[in-house]
Amino acid sequence: MNRRLEDPGGGWRELAEGLHGLRADPPATLRPAVLERVGLADAYVTVDGPAGPLLVAYNGRGISATAPGADEDGFAERFRARFRRPLRPADRPPARLVAQLRRLLEPGRGGTSPRYDLRGTSSFEQAVLAKAQEIPRGQVRPYAWVAGELGQPAAVRAVGAALGRNPIPVLIPCHRVVGSDGRLTGYAWGVPYKRALLAAEGADPDELERLARRGTRFFGSDTTRIYCYPTCAHARRVTGPHLQRFTGAAEAAAAGYRPCLVCRPPALAG
Amino acid sequence: MDNNPELPARLASDLDGSFEELVVAHQRLVFGLALRVVGDRGDAEEVAQDTFERAYHALAGYDAERVAAMRLRPWLARIALNLARNRRRRRPPAARALEDGDGQPLAVAAPAASEPAVVAERREDTERWADLLATLPRGWREAVVLRHVEGLPYAEVAEVLGRPVGTVKTHVHRGVRQLREQLEAREERTRR
Repeated sequence: MNRRLEDPGGGWRELAEGLHGLRADPPATLRPAVLERVGLADAYVTVDGPAGPLLVAYNGRGISATAPGADEDGFAERFRARFRRPLRPADRPPARLVAQLRRLLEPGRGGTSPRYDLRGTSSFEQAVLAKAQEIPRGQVRPYAWVAGELGQPAAVRAVGAALGRNPIPVLIPCHRVVGSDGRLTGYAWGVPYKRALLAAEGADPDELERLARRGTRFFGSDTTRIYCYPTCAHARRVTGPHLQRFTGAAEAAAAGYRPCLVCRPPALAG
Repeated sequence: MDNNPELPARLASDLDGSFEELVVAHQRLVFGLALRVVGDRGDAEEVAQDTFERAYHALAGYDAERVAAMRLRPWLARIALNLARNRRRRRPPAARALEDGDGQPLAVAAPAASEPAVVAERREDTERWADLLATLPRGWREAVVLRHVEGLPYAEVAEVLGRPVGTVKTHVHRGVRQLREQLEAREERTRR
């Protein structure tokens, strides 16, 4: 049967060649597209960030890296050195990424929850970055708060190191974590940029620095007898005559105040 | 085409490090097969992307022993064929309707805006063959494509289609016979 039907003659050769000619070359875009979808390669775009341009790298698993500024070559070089994956500029951002960025950068305008690709960071680093994302826009918390929340109050320096290695600055808001004395210290992209980010979110960096200099750590309300971090939404609602200032948890506790359940300042010795 | 017999073992031990090799080795088959089913290059590329993405996640979920023992080519072809069939069912091609053996239209990619004469000629030739192939019933057509367009051995064609080798051979032979008859009829017409 095989022989009879596939033997040459009766146009078989023409047919075989014609069918073989239907083999199609895959488009050159297929391979990079596949690698990006499974997270073995990345693309990047430049978007309008809250304080100037922001470079955003992403793959099918989520947003993988960001960098403030417009130095694409430097960004690509650091990306490849750190992640060992190819990175190419994208023509335009995919709709899914645009929706995620809207949620992050234009609050109140909808969008979808961001997805991050944090491969290459340790579980401790991921926990620190997750905690930083709990800090609301325009608010700040000290490194010690992050360490305490993670149940490792002694790990303040490790928290600082983890935030310094944040691969996705600006979008994962490590800029909302400040020195334990309240100063806007230590930011991989420079303190002025950290101030600009906080100002863009509605915080007052000068006021924060002033409070730090005066040693004010917490605000309390003499009507509720609750104390908060100064940027907590509850602290900001306290009106002038009722506002109490504390230099630490011990002082607040001695005055008969309890910590706010929302911003969760330390209960004693802060 | 399975010219790297150690690839399954490498995928088993280092998926991320060797997955690109899998794409390079099989993208032509996966894309070509998708193109013959969905008819449009853009749709075929999406099917091909989906195929490799599924394959990646499947390989990531299988244990190493299973991956190391896989026959990758028929496995990928089967994923591609299923995804292409689904896509075609959801969105039948409308670009250039041409009734085929199933009573379903099959489209051929629209000509590019400007292309060299040689390419245009080759494309016209390809279109003629694609049209001819499109006249076959689906079952025969898929078997003919796998055997004679993509050049898979019968054992793998059978694996892809999930049918016994004997059945697949019969389908290929009937398909080829019908194509030859059509070819002869067409030559008759041009001679007249």
